[in-house]
Formats: sequence, structure tokens, C-alpha cells
Amino acid sequence: MNAPVLPAADASGDFARPTRTAVFEQRLAKRYRSERNFRLIGLAAVAFSVAVLVFLLGNMLINGIGGFQRAELTVTIDFPESGVTGDSQSLSASNSAQTLEMQGLPAVVAFYAEAQLGAAGAAELSDDGWRDVAAALANDPTLIERKANFDLPASSALAAALQGEGPPAMQQLAQRLVADGKLARNWDGGFLTRSDATNPQAVGVWGALKGTMLTMLVTLVLAFPIGVLSALYLEEYAPRNRWTDIIEVSISNLAAVPSIIFGLLGLAVFLAIFPNLRSAPLIGGMTLALMTMPVIVISGRNAIKAVPPSIRDGALAIGASPVQVVFHHVLPLAMPGMLTGTIIGMARALGETAPLLLIGMRAFVATPPDGFTSPATVLPMQIFLWSDEIDRGFVERTSAAIIVLLVFLLAMNGLAIYLRNKFEKRW
Amino acid sequence: MSPITLILIAIGLGLIGWLAGRAKAWSFKSSGPELRTSSRPVYHAWYVALWVAIPVLAFAVLWTVIAPQLIMQSVLATPAAQALPPFGFEREAFINEARAVATGQASAVFNAEAEGLVAPFRDAIGRYNLIGIVVTVLVALVCGAFAFLRLRPDFSARTKVERTVMTVLLLASLVAILTTLGIFGSLVFETVRFFSFVSPAEFLFGTKWGPDTIVAPEAIDPSRYGAVPLFWGTLFIGAIIAMIVAIPLGLMSAVYLTQYADPRVRAWIKPLLELLAGVPTVVYGYFAALTLAPIIRNAAVAVGITGASTESALAAGIVMGVMIIPFVSSMADDAMAAVPGAMRDGSLAMGATKSETIRRVLFPAALPGIVAGIMLAVSRAIGETMIVVMAASPAANLTANPLEPMSTVTVQIVKLLTGEQSTDHPATLSAFALGFVLFMVTLGLNFVALRVVKRFREAYE
Repeated sequence: MNAPVLPAADASGDFARPTRTAVFEQRLAKRYRSERNFRLIGLAAVAFSVAVLVFLLGNMLINGIGGFQRAELTVTIDFPESGVTGDSQSLSASNSAQTLEMQGLPAVVAFYAEAQLGAAGAAELSDDGWRDVAAALANDPTLIERKANFDLPASSALAAALQGEGPPAMQQLAQRLVADGKLARNWDGGFLTRSDATNPQAVGVWGALKGTMLTMLVTLVLAFPIGVLSALYLEEYAPRNRWTDIIEVSISNLAAVPSIIFGLLGLAVFLAIFPNLRSAPLIGGMTLALMTMPVIVISGRNAIKAVPPSIRDGALAIGASPVQVVFHHVLPLAMPGMLTGTIIGMARALGETAPLLLIGMRAFVATPPDGFTSPATVLPMQIFLWSDEIDRGFVERTSAAIIVLLVFLLAMNGLAIYLRNKFEKRW
Repeated sequence: MSPITLILIAIGLGLIGWLAGRAKAWSFKSSGPELRTSSRPVYHAWYVALWVAIPVLAFAVLWTVIAPQLIMQSVLATPAAQALPPFGFEREAFINEARAVATGQASAVFNAEAEGLVAPFRDAIGRYNLIGIVVTVLVALVCGAFAFLRLRPDFSARTKVERTVMTVLLLASLVAILTTLGIFGSLVFETVRFFSFVSPAEFLFGTKWGPDTIVAPEAIDPSRYGAVPLFWGTLFIGAIIAMIVAIPLGLMSAVYLTQYADPRVRAWIKPLLELLAGVPTVVYGYFAALTLAPIIRNAAVAVGITGASTESALAAGIVMGVMIIPFVSSMADDAMAAVPGAMRDGSLAMGATKSETIRRVLFPAALPGIVAGIMLAVSRAIGETMIVVMAASPAANLTANPLEPMSTVTVQIVKLLTGEQSTDHPATLSAFALGFVLFMVTLGLNFVALRVVKRFREAYE
């Protein structure tokens, strides 16, 4: 046997590894370098995306913490002296604010404010400040029998001055009031219980939150049954024919249609049928339901597909009818997957703004909606409306509202992940 | 009566029917132990319940439509109504006020003229509520009795109930078709009306956009309805700037996460990236308008570019691109996962490095899938609304400078439809025409992309 003929090694080459010439080594180093670079580019891309996310959330968080505070002026009101009267029944009645207004509560508040804060300070008390007093009285009617301290929202000019912005005169006033212990930025729990207002110190998200809940309820009640039933039909019963194809194509198209198109549909169809329900949660919910339904159908079909055929065969073999097979066996097994898809679809609907903009859910709603047909707004819309405000005080409030919205979304997505992990079966 | 009350009544009556049907079916059992019923008692129960609930619901729908008109008629027939002003806004206002007081929504009337109408309204509402309830119960009784009397041991209630269930399933799946038809129909209808004012050629190829909302519909200037600047703005923001951001970042993220990253790292990073897709668009819009746009403008001014706008296309496009990253990344992920492992292994076995394998084997093989994913991403970007409404400009502008303000189709739709203008004005109708174009373009992109994905999957199976 002849030894294999080796190529001649050049001077620098290792005789035992004859292919590793200097040129080769150079080329290899270059290839490894490009490998490393490629990998680094990939890492950089991921790092960039994560950094943007962190920056976005951090930005909202830092601004938003300020949004959960407000500038408050402390006013002491001596009710027995003021002549404002009431008993526990009249003060906790739903129209107590009107009764107190007729008794002159706004003037009483203004009087004590002027006595304690001076004319300049009282002028910077928010016009709606007396409503907070009325709300406090409704909560605790015994206050009316004694002297009590109230922290009332300051005007937005004074609030800005407290943070070192605005005209010097106002800043001096703010400093004087702070020195007197009359003005402070306090934690504002009322942000979660009040509704929209014109003064950023007096706004809250409860009105928008309630509107969101009513809208989402309508969406859920409509989209969930329709979505689940059509997923069942398409996956389990539908004959393979033209009609089924048309249904499938329209569902996959609807899932990809821009959300604003659903707003056009709501405007042209729903509002044409119910013209006086503009900006009602009912119409908003119907529009969002049409948008959410395809998502539920698609995830529902995947959940049904994951149920093994042996379950169906077993049920059929012991004499169950096709409807019994599906409703007694397939549906319960597919339910966790369907619920996960539903929650994800609902989370998407929760953050949706564009279609609701077109059907008029952008009204200024100062009182929480009290039904499915009363004018309402939703949380993302509130964010949009506040972001358009010129008053600087709204910037922090907007971020705070965004935090509330993100908390809801995170909770929903967390629930979906929990459901998926807890109930997901591997067959 | 509110619709919710009627639905509750229907459910209540249905429950009574259900219990009655089941009781009767049980009585068959007790009449003879050897007697075999055709269906289990629960199906008899459902049969009666459906026969009660469906007619009652049908009547409820009918009643909520006609009852207000009946009430109105009887109120207008009263002497108090003769005193109303004959036509117009005041008449409506008085009627609405009286109705609100009568139904308890308001505590007192504002206009004294409405006072006289309150009592007739209250009477009429009470009377028709009573009639509604009586007829509802009658309908329930008649239908329920019919179904109840049909129950026999050999009556196949199950087949009947299951047939109803199948009908309900079919109806549910038809909602999707109805929605598609509704979208298509309403868009086409309004677009055709718009084209009676402005010719399609002028709309599609005109280069000046500035609808004159205050001019009378007959006097509009059709040359102000040229949508090319909007199409360009939409493409420039959604398909160019956003994709310049999203494609490299999305692709490389997918490559790093699927080919290089440690599985434990991936388990953490992937949900984080998906979080980026879950952030509501209004939050992105807020971020683009209040944080990024001023930064970009100041940077542009600092390097000496004058005329940079805070409503620049760049801010909206970049933020939109960031929003799309997870979408591109997951589409690329799917496409590369569909490439057979043997191709990758073969390349690695020949001594290619990982990056060479990815660039020379995986990418070309997955290209159709990646392209389809990018098409879907573009279709999502051009339909995106809130980011551009908040960060881009309402003024249409035909330019290639990303620092100048630019408008998009969706911005104009929102702008034209959120005012208080009449629904018949061409400016309002033009929003529907824009919506129609948007709908057709996204539909086309999705259709082609889904075809490509399907064919691409088949090629490797």
C-alpha cells in the first residue's frame, strides 16, 4: 500500500496538519471573526428591543408616580359655625351634592379658604374643591357636627408653581403656603375613584375604568359564545364545501383587518341603527366584539384540534351522538385553551382605541357611566384625550393612567399564562 | 321595559318550561320501570325550554322596536300633546324631557311646557309595559303548552334539540361572513356616494389633499381630494421607516434567540419581546409624540437641519417599527423553524460556521416565509392608527424628507370622522373611500402572504 500523497507543506505550516496553511489560518480567523460579529449583532438586536421596552416602561413609571400625587391646599371648615346642616340620611343620599350646593357649601368653602389661605391662596383653590368636601361628608356624615380639615385640590397653575414652573409670583405664593403648612403634594388615592375633569388636580380614572368594564362585558358576552360556537362548528361539523371555505377565509381576513375598519363598520351600521347611542358602551362593546371574535375562533380551533381523536372515537363507540361527543367531551377538554385565547383577545380589545374613536367614545364624561346606554369613555381613550390637553399637569396624569392600563393588561396576560400552564394537557 | 328585563323574563320562563318538561319526562319513568324513553329526561326539559325561550326572545326583540312607537302615538293623542310646538328642535326637547322624568332618569322637568306630558307618558309606559308582560307570558304559555303536550315516552326530543343546537352553531359561524359583508357593503356604499362628487381618477391620482369641510357639498373643489400624499405618507411611515427599524431588528432577534441563545435566556427574553407587542398602541403614540418626537427634532436642529418638525414622519415610523419587531421576529422564527433540520445539519457538517449556515442556507430556504411575514407586518403597520394620529401630522404633505410632517390614511379617517360634520358631506364620505382603499390593500397583502406561507410550508413537507 502506498502512503497517501500529501500536499507540500509551506514553510510556516504544521507538517502534521498539512491543510492549515497561513492563508487558511487567516481565512479561518476571518470566518470566526464574522461569526462572532454576527452573533454580537443578534445580541445587540435583542438588547435594543429589551432596552426600548425598559425605557418605555421606566419612562411611564417615573412620570406616572408623579401622576398619583396632587397638590392639595388644607382648609379647615367649622360646620356648626357655617350653618351647613344635614343628617346622616340626607348626606349619604345620592343627590347630597346638590342639597349641599343649595345650602351654599361652595361659598362656605371659599369663605374659609380666604380666611386661612389669604385672598391669593383662595383664588388658587380648584373651583370644584367643594365637591371633595361634599364627597367626604357623604362618606362620613359625622363631620358635619364638628370642625374638620380637608385637603382640597389646588389650581393647576399653583400645582405647576409648586414644582418650580410658571411665573415667579405664583412660585412665591406656593413657597409661602408650603411654609405655612397649607400646601403639599400628597398621595392621591382619589385618582382611582374620580372621573374626568378640566383641572388636572381633580381628575380621576374611575369613570374611564367603569366605561372600560362595561364595554368589555358587552364584548365578552357577545364574542365569547359566538367565537366558541363557530370554532366548534368549523372544526367539528362543517362539511368541506364552498360555504365553509368562505367562512374560513372571512375569519382569517377579519383577524388581519386593521382595527380602524371595524370603527368604520360601527359608524356606518351600528350608529345608523341606534343613532342616539353614540359613545355608549353597548355600541363600543359590539364593535370590539366583532374584532375579538376572529381571535377567539382561531385560538379556539387550535384548542379543539389539540384534543386527540381517541376521545371522540371513545365517546362515539359507547353511543354518544355527535352533539354529545362535542359538548360532553371535546368542549370541556378544549375549554382552557379557548379561555386563554379569549383572554388574549380581550386584552387586545382592552388596549384598543381607534375603532372607539370613530364611534364617538371620546366624549368628556365627568360622571361614571351608569349603564350600557349612557355616554362613556374607556381607559385608552382617556389616555388619548389627556395627552391632547395643553395643561402640563395632564402629562403626569396621562402616565399614571397608562400605568393603570398596563397593570390591567399585565394581570390579564398573567391570568392567561397561568391558565395555560395549569390546565394545559399534553396528550 | 329594558331589553335586559325582557331577557331575564325569557330565561325565567324558559327555566319554568325546563323544570316542567323534566318533571313530565320523569313521570314516564315512574309509570313503568320497563318503559324505555326515546330520550333522556334532560332533553325533554331542553325541548320545552327552547320552545318557551326562543319565541319569547323573538317577541322581546319585536317589542323593544315597536313599543316606543306605540307609547309615542298614545302620548301624542292626549290633549296635553296638542299644546306642543308643531315641529322642530323644541318639540323633540320637551318630549325627551318628559320621557326622562316619566322613566325616572331625571327628577324634574326643566321647561314648564313639558310638565303636562309627564303624566301621559307615565300612563302610556305603564300601560304598554303591562301589555308587554301579558303578551310575553301568553306567548310563553301557548308555546310551552304546545311543546309540553308533545312530550311522550317515544318522542325523540334529543334529535329535535340537537337540530336546534346545530342551527345555532351554523348561525354563529355565519356572523363572520355577515361582518365581512357588512364591512364591504358599508365601505362600498359610502365610497360610491363619494365618487358621485369626486371622480375616482382624481381621488386616486390627485396630488393635493385638503378636504374643505365647511363648503357646501355641491360647491366642493374636487382637486382638493387627491389622496396620493396620504398614500405616500402611509407607505413612507409604515412600509419604509417602520420596516427599516423592524426588519433588521426583528430578524436578528429571531436568529439570536433561536440559534444562539441559551434556552434559559430565551425563556425569559421571548416573553419580554412579546410584551412589546402587547403594549397598547395609544401608549406607543404617547411615547412617540411626547418623548421621541422632541428628541428627534432637537437632534435635527442641533446638527443644523432647519424646518424639522415635532410631527415628523420619523418619530411615528420608528415607534411603529419598534411595535412591529416582535411580529417580524415571530414570523421569521416560524419560517426558519419550517426549514428541514437536514439542510442545516448538512451545512454544519460541511464545516460552515453557524453564521454561514444561517446566511447561506437558512435565510435563502426560509426567504418565502420571511417575505410573507414582512408583508403581514406591512399590512399591520399601514393600518395602525393611534401612533400616527398622536405623532404624525394632520396636514398632508408630499415629501421624501422624514423630518417633515406627513399624514397617513388612518390619520385622515380619524380626523374627518371625529368632527361634527354632516354624514352626507363629501369630506365625511372621503373617509370611507380612504377606508375602502386601506381595506383592499391590507386584504390583498394578507391574501398573498397567506398563499405564500401555505405554499412554502407545502414545499418542505
